[in-house]
Amino acid sequence: MFTFFAVQSEVFRSPRGIANWLDPASTLGIMAVAVAMLMIGGHFDLSAGVMTGTTALTVGIVAVEFRQHLWVAIGVALVVALAIGFFNGWLVTRTGLPSFIITLGTFLMLQGLNLGLTKLFTDTVTVGGIDDVPGYAVAEWVFASRVEVLGAPIRVAVLWWLLFTALATWVLLRTRFGNWVFATGGDEVAARNVGVPARRTTIALFMTTAAAAWFVGTTLAVRLTSVQANTGIGQELIYIVAAVIGGCLLTGGFGSAIGAALGALIFGMTQLGIPYLRWDADWFYFFLGAMLLLAVLANRLVRRSAEAARR
Amino acid sequence: MTAPRDGAPPLLELADVGKDYGSVIALDGVSTTVRAGEVTCVLGDNGAGKSTLIKILSGVHRADRGTVLLDGRPAGFGSPREALDAGIATVYQDLAMIPLMAIWRNFFLGAEPTRGRGPFRRFDVARAKETTRRELAAMGIDIRNPDQPVGTLSGGERQSVAIARAVHFGARVLILDEPTSALGVKQAGVVLRYVAQARDRGVGVVLITHNPHHAHPVGDRFLVLNRGRSLGEFAKADISREELTRLMAGGAELDALGHELERPGS
Repeated sequence: MFTFFAVQSEVFRSPRGIANWLDPASTLGIMAVAVAMLMIGGHFDLSAGVMTGTTALTVGIVAVEFRQHLWVAIGVALVVALAIGFFNGWLVTRTGLPSFIITLGTFLMLQGLNLGLTKLFTDTVTVGGIDDVPGYAVAEWVFASRVEVLGAPIRVAVLWWLLFTALATWVLLRTRFGNWVFATGGDEVAARNVGVPARRTTIALFMTTAAAAWFVGTTLAVRLTSVQANTGIGQELIYIVAAVIGGCLLTGGFGSAIGAALGALIFGMTQLGIPYLRWDADWFYFFLGAMLLLAVLANRLVRRSAEAARR
Repeated sequence: MTAPRDGAPPLLELADVGKDYGSVIALDGVSTTVRAGEVTCVLGDNGAGKSTLIKILSGVHRADRGTVLLDGRPAGFGSPREALDAGIATVYQDLAMIPLMAIWRNFFLGAEPTRGRGPFRRFDVARAKETTRRELAAMGIDIRNPDQPVGTLSGGERQSVAIARAVHFGARVLILDEPTSALGVKQAGVVLRYVAQARDRGVGVVLITHNPHHAHPVGDRFLVLNRGRSLGEFAKADISREELTRLMAGGAELDALGHELERPGS
């Protein structure tokens, strides 16, 4: 993928170009890694996209409208995110309903809340002026600064993305919790029979996804200094696409954080590579769809070979 | 073989055990013993009360009548967890294994060894792999690579891994629910060999089956159930495979059926 675009476009392979396409890949990648963990655990979160908007708006409203220190606002947003994540997980484990439906409900509810509350507090659909709030300088350094690498300004989100990918990989492959995630997604009843706390694992995964949404939402709020009420809507499917391109099975029990990160990388490359080639950007979704199909077909082979000798 | 070997009480002793579901008598007046290093086979046709007996032994149900003695002391398990803590492990037909996960991950699922402390507490992967390899080898199970997913194993191999897992986690009594029923002749033979291995390592095995041809070669004593009642408990020396088969199939009932089906006038 990289070679393809790099050969065709000089800008694409320059350090500055790389910094450019790494940027959309990073925020998407942080979410895709968390969503991949959730999918390995056997669940979807359709509210993940809109939750980045909810947290970004919470940061803005608490900081600007309630005149709080920015870090207080960021803390409040984290509490809100974890509460939503817990609610999702609790409802899914309590009712046994498909997480698809439950989080579709949360998604729509949050979409309405984002718009309604933003209008209520600001009389517009935007929260702005986040950079005038005390604490902005440190927050900007943590969430939105740039680091010079080989003369190219890399967004700090890229470094966070690498860190979270490494952390998620370690958790999945080298901790008890990781083992439980694979088991819960692979066969929840069997997992419970051997003493895996499947319910707690599921709730923890939903809260992890929510925490990732908080991180990305805060990054958006600090970086852009103003937040639209419709931020994040539609992104939830992109996260799932990235995770699936990275090898996650839709049925759970299989996948990797590195794969999801690569899925996000491919997404970023395609998104910016197509305009670099001066192709019509309308083709972007065609490529994305084709890659998704290829990835799903490849995954099916994996599952087949793993279950071939069941008899 | 029915006399105690060294005067020690049997691991498990059931005396006149019974269980009702509402007005239906599922099990009545059943007695048997399970000794270390012996295989007790429970035989019976469908609906004979085999599953009820397993549920009492594994702590899912309590017996309504009779006594259950563990090491000679009265015991009634309130939950599967209590039974497990007392060293009674049950390997069910569905095995509780995750097909897409590696053998060593399945082996330690829910009881992963860890090292390090605090936020650095992690799954001790090296030890888990090594232990899995060693335990499977000790049972004579030849697994090419503990990293392969359980889904790639045959049914017999999976049963064997489940048995090895139960033995490793300190099972003194191992209850096997129809371990050979879904298997072909060759695979069933493989599983029976591991049952014998577990027995030789001093585990008391309860083998539940409806196949006397599988039970007779490996069993030391045989409890035959029919409609919730015991048709008797036999030591291996006292009963041949043919008699066992006949008893299981309903004995006298089968003779009567034979008469009925005979051609008139022949």
